Amino acid sequence: MSTKTKIQGRLPAGQKRRWWRRWGEETFAAYLFLLPSLVIFIAFTFFPAVYSVVISLFRWNMPMQPVFLGFDFENYVYLFTDAIEGPIFWKSFLNTFYFALGVPINLFVSLLIALLLNRRMRGVGIFRTTFFLPAITSMTAVSVVWLWLFHPAQYGLFNSLLIELGLPIQRWLRDPLLAMPCLIGMGVWYGMGYNIIIFLAGLQSIPRTYYEAAKIDGANQLSLFRHVTWPLLGPTLFYVLSVGMINSLKAFTEIDVMTQGGPLGSTTTLAYYLYQNAFQFFQMGKASAIAVMLFIMLLLLTWIQFRFIDRKVHYE
Amino acid sequence: MNDASARTSRFSKSGKMNWPRFQKLALDLLWYVVVILLALAVMVPFIWMIVTSLKGQTEVFAYPPTWIPQQPQWENYLDVWQEAPFGRYFLNSTIVAVSVTIGQLTACVLAAFAFARMNFKGKNTMFLLFLSTTMISSQVTLVPSYLIMRSLNWIDHYQALIVPFLANAFGVFMIRQSFRTVPRELEEAAILDGCGRFRFLVQILLPLCKPILASQALFAFMGNWNSYLWPLIVTNRDDMRTLQIGLRYFVSGEGGTQWGLYMAAAVLISVPVILIYFLVQKTFVESMASTGLKDI
Repeated sequence: MSTKTKIQGRLPAGQKRRWWRRWGEETFAAYLFLLPSLVIFIAFTFFPAVYSVVISLFRWNMPMQPVFLGFDFENYVYLFTDAIEGPIFWKSFLNTFYFALGVPINLFVSLLIALLLNRRMRGVGIFRTTFFLPAITSMTAVSVVWLWLFHPAQYGLFNSLLIELGLPIQRWLRDPLLAMPCLIGMGVWYGMGYNIIIFLAGLQSIPRTYYEAAKIDGANQLSLFRHVTWPLLGPTLFYVLSVGMINSLKAFTEIDVMTQGGPLGSTTTLAYYLYQNAFQFFQMGKASAIAVMLFIMLLLLTWIQFRFIDRKVHYE
Repeated sequence: MNDASARTSRFSKSGKMNWPRFQKLALDLLWYVVVILLALAVMVPFIWMIVTSLKGQTEVFAYPPTWIPQQPQWENYLDVWQEAPFGRYFLNSTIVAVSVTIGQLTACVLAAFAFARMNFKGKNTMFLLFLSTTMISSQVTLVPSYLIMRSLNWIDHYQALIVPFLANAFGVFMIRQSFRTVPRELEEAAILDGCGRFRFLVQILLPLCKPILASQALFAFMGNWNSYLWPLIVTNRDDMRTLQIGLRYFVSGEGGTQWGLYMAAAVLISVPVILIYFLVQKTFVESMASTGLKDI
């Protein structure tokens, strides 16, 4: 540890023993400071994480006692290969990625708007606030509002718009083909503001001199974006992408409020499938197996995210 | 974009050309038109929420839909409190969010102080341990955490909604960064003057780090106020529900057609957080842009 050597190096040799005694006291005090957080982390993060892996090796249908299934990972194998359960699991697995399609769409839209807002104009602050407003509103309230916008009869706002345009009305969230695109669309609207803020910060951290230099070399707007903005925004872009992916994998509120995973399981993602198994079918073992798989996926994404945080720091 | 416009205005100042000036004006106008249209499109759900919240039951289902309520039903906002115990939900949400904010900030400050200002055995290991908690998402620990709550008999108690959220590694990390910017000399001077470690933290360090504490408090409050999944599974009794869960059951209740009331409830739930946001907007956006954190 570098700090340790630094401090010892600063002290005269004769004081070394006294310093050690003080070190003991300091260590004790430090752990006292850490104690509240540490207790909570152990009780509600580390222990549950390990417990989750343990439960995933049991068959545990809630009112009954748990039965140990041995180390054959029976719950996992069952989810992957069972004739009835398998297809449902795979569908929710695919749905998770289908839902995550919203992330790149969101990125694209947010980047466009951020580029538009990255301009010193009168009133630009008001527009930034406007785009950010959805992100601070509670997802529950927002989901209820969009439930109303997507109402399947003619008085739903989107349907009345379709009628206006002379198109047939849609059943939106009740249509197995349309439900997921509807959720994605709402997700883009909701998550946009957050991405725009991050992108604006990223855009403003690009030194003005780069643009000026490029312009002297005869670069036009397009090549400015292609050769200056895009590469320098790269780390921000990957950061936003990985955060978005993580949030997308964890998405629950909008699904529960708007579709409950339906119709016909068309919006059941892994996170929602986990919830259903645990708290509707009370199959704790199977739910934990899903949780462990979700954990591995999230871990991978978090690892990518941390790598890009490092890179972002290097640029600054 | 910016530089281009600056350059054209320099041209026009010399008075030689009028065309670039016209071009700039046209471009600015186009910019406003595009941005205003986009902003309006983003606002439509909010506008529709407010408009519907003022409509009576017949007007809600009128076709074609009206953008200005014919007879504004302000009583929708009063009826909501009677239709479901929103007063109670409001109280629950406030108790939980305030407790978590205060408790979490306290625990974070203490831990951050140890990491930023003290040397102790196992510091690096501890720090890695803290950081590793950010990798374990709440979904993964959902089932075991629920089982723990059940065996502690905490289901339908405030403890279940508060205690698991009293520690937050992101908070510790951010506050630690802020603590480290305070010069060591200050601490040495304070200690020379007979100031203890704890007193130094409370009387000197905390006042110096107010901005980060404020934004961490805000993150904690908003995250908790808006949280959904955990309160959904650890509350069964109606009088223990938070606002978000209350709204969910209110909307999915039998009938499910009182959209005027639902929208009024949605407005009521969103207002406190939006108000807080406008009060502290600057700190909030700045700290979010610099830390890149949204949820806790």
